[in-house]
Amino acid sequence: MLFAAETAELGHSAGWFLEQAYLIPLIPAIAFFIIIFVGKRLPWGGSEVGLISMVSSLVIAVGAAMQWIDRVNAGHGEEIEPVIRQWTWWQSGLVEFGVGQHIDGLAIMALVLVTFISTLVQLYSTEYVKGDRRYTHFFASLTLFSAGMLAMVLAPNMVQLILGWEIMGLCSFLLIGHWWEERANSEAALKAFWTVRVGDMGLLIGTAMLLGIFGTLDIKGINAAAAAGEFDSQRTLMLAAIALFIACIGKSGQFPLHTWLPDAMAGPTPVSSLLHSSTMVVAGVFLVARLYPVFHVGLEINAVGQSFNLIALIGGITILVAAALAFVQNDIKKVLAYSTVSQLGYMMMGLGVGAWTGAVFHIFTHAFFKCCLFLCAGSISHTASHHSFDMKKDMGGIWKKMPITFGAWMISTAALAGIPFTAGFFSKDEIIDSAKHNDYTIFYFVGIIGAFMTAAYMTRATYLTFFGQPRGAAAHFMGVEDHSAHHAGDVHAIDDHDDHGHDDHEIAHGRPFPFAPFDSGWRITAPLIVLGVLAVGAGYLNAPALDIHWFEHQTESSIGLPFAEHEEEVTEEAAAVTELAAGADGTVAAEDSGDEEHAAEEGGEHADPIYSVPEPPKFSWSAAAPGLILVALGGLISLGLSLAVFGKRKNPFSMFVGLTERNKVAGGIHNFLVNKLYLDHLYENIIVRWVAHPLSRAAYWVNQNVIDTTVDGVGKAGKNTGDWVYRNIDQRVVDGAVNASGVAASESGHALQPIQSGKVNQYGALLFGAAAVAAIVLIITNV
Amino acid sequence: MYAANFLVLAAALFCFGVFGVIARKNAVMVLMSIELILNSVNLNLVAFALMNSVAIDGHVFALFVIAIAAAEVGVGLAMVLMIYRNRRTIALDELSEMKG
Amino acid sequence: MTAPTYADNWILIVGTFLPLVGVAIMMFVPAAEQALHKQIAIVTSGATLAVGIYTLIKFDYNNSAAQQFAVNEEWISVIKSGFTIGLDGISLPLYFLSMCVTFLVVIYTYDNMPDAGNPKSFLSLMLVLQVGMAGSFIAQDLILFFVFFEVVLLPMYFMIGVWGGEQRQYASLKFFLYTMFGSALMLVAFLALFFQAGGESFSFAYLYEMGASIDKDVQIWLFAGMFIGFAVKVPMFPFHTWLPDAHTQAPTQGSVILAAILLKLGTYGFVRIAIPMLPQGALAWAPVIGILAVIGIIYGALGCLAQTDMKRLIAFSSVAHMGFVMLGISTLTPLGINAALFGMVAHGLITGMLFFIAGSVKHRYHTLEIKRLRGMLIQMPKMGWILGFCAMASLGLPGLAGFWGEFPAILATYQPGFGLSEPLYRTLMVIAALGTVLAAGYLLWLYQRTAMGEPNPEFMSHTDHGHGGHAAHSLSAAANQHDDHDDHDDHGADIEDVTLLEWVSWTPFLAAIVVFGVYPQLMFKLMDPAVTQLVNHVGAGLP
Repeated sequence: MLFAAETAELGHSAGWFLEQAYLIPLIPAIAFFIIIFVGKRLPWGGSEVGLISMVSSLVIAVGAAMQWIDRVNAGHGEEIEPVIRQWTWWQSGLVEFGVGQHIDGLAIMALVLVTFISTLVQLYSTEYVKGDRRYTHFFASLTLFSAGMLAMVLAPNMVQLILGWEIMGLCSFLLIGHWWEERANSEAALKAFWTVRVGDMGLLIGTAMLLGIFGTLDIKGINAAAAAGEFDSQRTLMLAAIALFIACIGKSGQFPLHTWLPDAMAGPTPVSSLLHSSTMVVAGVFLVARLYPVFHVGLEINAVGQSFNLIALIGGITILVAAALAFVQNDIKKVLAYSTVSQLGYMMMGLGVGAWTGAVFHIFTHAFFKCCLFLCAGSISHTASHHSFDMKKDMGGIWKKMPITFGAWMISTAALAGIPFTAGFFSKDEIIDSAKHNDYTIFYFVGIIGAFMTAAYMTRATYLTFFGQPRGAAAHFMGVEDHSAHHAGDVHAIDDHDDHGHDDHEIAHGRPFPFAPFDSGWRITAPLIVLGVLAVGAGYLNAPALDIHWFEHQTESSIGLPFAEHEEEVTEEAAAVTELAAGADGTVAAEDSGDEEHAAEEGGEHADPIYSVPEPPKFSWSAAAPGLILVALGGLISLGLSLAVFGKRKNPFSMFVGLTERNKVAGGIHNFLVNKLYLDHLYENIIVRWVAHPLSRAAYWVNQNVIDTTVDGVGKAGKNTGDWVYRNIDQRVVDGAVNASGVAASESGHALQPIQSGKVNQYGALLFGAAAVAAIVLIITNV
Repeated sequence: MYAANFLVLAAALFCFGVFGVIARKNAVMVLMSIELILNSVNLNLVAFALMNSVAIDGHVFALFVIAIAAAEVGVGLAMVLMIYRNRRTIALDELSEMKG
Repeated sequence: MTAPTYADNWILIVGTFLPLVGVAIMMFVPAAEQALHKQIAIVTSGATLAVGIYTLIKFDYNNSAAQQFAVNEEWISVIKSGFTIGLDGISLPLYFLSMCVTFLVVIYTYDNMPDAGNPKSFLSLMLVLQVGMAGSFIAQDLILFFVFFEVVLLPMYFMIGVWGGEQRQYASLKFFLYTMFGSALMLVAFLALFFQAGGESFSFAYLYEMGASIDKDVQIWLFAGMFIGFAVKVPMFPFHTWLPDAHTQAPTQGSVILAAILLKLGTYGFVRIAIPMLPQGALAWAPVIGILAVIGIIYGALGCLAQTDMKRLIAFSSVAHMGFVMLGISTLTPLGINAALFGMVAHGLITGMLFFIAGSVKHRYHTLEIKRLRGMLIQMPKMGWILGFCAMASLGLPGLAGFWGEFPAILATYQPGFGLSEPLYRTLMVIAALGTVLAAGYLLWLYQRTAMGEPNPEFMSHTDHGHGGHAAHSLSAAANQHDDHDDHDDHGADIEDVTLLEWVSWTPFLAAIVVFGVYPQLMFKLMDPAVTQLVNHVGAGLP
């Protein structure tokens, strides 16, 4: 078909790296097979193959990025064509699918991001899972996981996208269930795969609908057709968009299918960090961004007078629900997991309100700081808390001993909370700002409340992890400075982790005693440092506050829709057209709003373009101020509460908390203070009551009892229905009918058995009797 | 020459034969009864052939029947002889081996 | 239809009937020479496969819509039936698959003879079976097809009835009667079609040409007869109840052949005979087929969830998967029929492989109770991974063969051909997509229960048993336990990992699942011209 021509045409213009970008997923995919088949025989158990493949992919991705930047700069002012290459994968009648690459700004961004993060995570893992029984398998899965994400990212059509999408599902199953000896882990893996699979139904259906609507599965073709309004029915397109969005809900852990994400923490920490930063969970967001014209047109985002739409709504709910849930977690990884869910909500909401650039940029920045946070959590558990992730039992006060981890954590937390001049600030602020700017006022408030909550729960987690009195395993760890390095060995012996214990022992001996830092090995800390730097630095690629729009400039051609040149005018024009259409053809307008909108689009067919996204708003400190104030408030309040509640320190907030508590709880301030003084486990209750008792409890209750139970219930009901159908219908009715015909034959045989007596005389009698009867009948009928 | 005479005689012979087949227990008697039946049929065939003087089908057919009856009796008697040797009886109702 | 080519026409005859030479030789070898029998069978089926490979080489891929290596000789001229055979893009994959599967199954038999023994009869039957299967795929004459179709029946009946499990008599009888019942109606429909079409010839080419002109009402009745005959073989809901019994009771070899090839005879019959010969009947019946197919998908999946026996679960999953195949066929579009044909091969490979595993598990543990099987990944890691691989392939993971049967079928269902009701088919599509979720559910659930966790102490030697307790605490302990297991191999000798012979007979399956999954065009390119031609023919036959 047309692919060959396209490739030839681009042959001289695009650079080598851009042309060969398909190698980026191919190299890890081949590496996967190498690791599986010969990995165990290699000196480092296959991890070197994985690392080398990721580094080579990274090199190609960076090369491609450079050439892409050249391409964008060279083609000033014009529409930048993506670099597409396809080879026929399969064909059937007139439908033909290719495998290949679709490289544009969005793909380049994701490619660099995924290869970079994967490289760091693999490096980290060589230390973290050292001595694991399935070391080789771990790296094989990790490599394939990256390959899946990369294949999805540069997919030129829906089929390759589904391929990458599902391969990630498989690898998440393998990695989450990496320690499948324990039932809980295998169940978490099953749950992850299954929940995502439920969403994937939408992907299959949506893809089929896209093929039906546009007659092609090429992403470029779909986007172009959707943007040009080349479809028959707005309603069908809307249904297709909803179906696809269901898949994104499942994959990106949006409400109400987010329940698998916290359970997925059963996997090794590097897996969590990879899963939650640049791969798997952002796949859903990426899909929406990739097919943005379909969603934008299908759901009529930014239509005049629209105050909410499905994507923004789901994103908004997810932000609040997940942030509320993050407050009640004791497991540091679960806090981070809920925080990821909440941040994914931001991305979705951003896409839902038309802030494409902000959302995509948030994918980019979020990957760095979230990956860093997870790796910090892993570093702590690896070195300080003996594979425990319980903040309240096994952590606390470790900031002194782990300066690198602590530093990286603090920077990333700042970025996550959106402190000015960190990466998270630039991306998140643009989303919130756009919500206001594009008249999605509700979501503006959701956004800033979410920012407030983020600051608060991260402060709580930080306090519990790094400050206060050391507890549990962390106390043992801190105890090293009092006694000697031998103690570390004892601790490990107790917990029966001989593989890790041996390693830590060496570290302990190798370090100057007593006041030197006691951080993790370089293979763990190096990724932390790099990511920590990027958690701040990445933001300066697109900092509206400093009037930097470089990232936007590089990726804007991937939106698939032009920017509205002057937002007000276009709005007016569209409104005018709507009126015009309504005036000209009252019946169409009367039918329903969707048709009316569509009529409006068709009416404006001559005006080029038909659909457009609003330009990102101009940054102003005054617009950002309410959000920033809330962030600061959230941080301070949470810090004060943490100090007051957990650190048992008097400060203005303890009075404040006390007062609130006294007003709310029938008990009085004394009672409350007493409780605060000696009961650690009440900590949760106080925070919960003060901040979001009804909300988070209800949300958690719904989470555990309604959604989770529904998921389980559907499974159980399926099983029961299966049982019932099998027992009653299959075995009784259907099979019964079959057996009954057999039984009937057998019974009639029994009934007729006496006739076959074997006595000649009897046979003769029968024969002649029958002949006589026949003769009589013959006579009667003939007479 | 009435056809009825032949037919009445043949019918009577046929009925004797049928009675013999059904009622007798002795295998030889049953064979003889079958002969009676066959011969009653022969009688009919010849009688009708006489009525229709052109065709000789009836005569030919009767000859065939006689030949086959001879063969049948030959085989039948041989079987009866073997049964008698093995079982020392030729009563038919004692020969049943089917578990009906 | 494209004109047949008669070059190299000995290939198909040799390829199909060569196994009979092996059977003839085995006749003259005493039954006591068991090893010799096995060797003869391997050599024969190997030679057959060699002819098959030669067929692949000589096949003209640019002309895959035409009948190639065709033979058209007089056979039973009294009833106007000729010995007409040929091979095109639709039949080649299945023809070749039957050869591969027989060869690999024979190899597998070398070490895993079913308990009843007597390799002479067992392998002779298997070779006869191969003749029937290959013959069905090359026949281009209704009577010839019917003969081959029925030749398949008897060997399988004896395989189940003699070498099967405890309830083999019941299962084999049910299988035989059910299929005979279908065949009877099918034969009636064949004969009626022959007379309605003018009674000149039984050859497919003639009936393709003349069938379309038959009255619509007559076509519907004729299609009904064929429908029941083929639907029993597929099997479609509600004619499927023989399948779980037959599969559960059949020896491993029987199950594999049954799943890999025999079920495909039914779907192949739809594509090759029923639909092109009776276009209007097909159009009238398509919604019924579609609905029953989707019921089969959901129903089979629910059935799977209820099973406690691994082999029975796999058997029920066949019902679901064949539902996807039939759904693809019922769309009457090139995309859907291509998907169906791909799905047939993919299902043959994947489910065949799953039955192999079930057989080997039974051989080692002497049970297939899912409750009693645990921790297969620890006791025999390779087997566990292969099971996982096949489960993933079976639930339709992209990149493995199963996906290319399901996904295009779903795509095609959105837009059925020839004005079939879109709302109906779109509803079916949504329900079928739900089926993929359920498939993931029961397969992963099976995998979790059988392969993950700690092994059942019941199947562990005493030394291992001691370690089982604390192995759960940490990874390293689990690793140690693994080492211990190796050290005390004498105790756990009955639970050994995949043997060399199993590797030999399984690797081609596993490789094919990956190869076709990664590069489906290999098969689509072959089938597409023939399928497109077929669908165009159907379109031409409609008013």
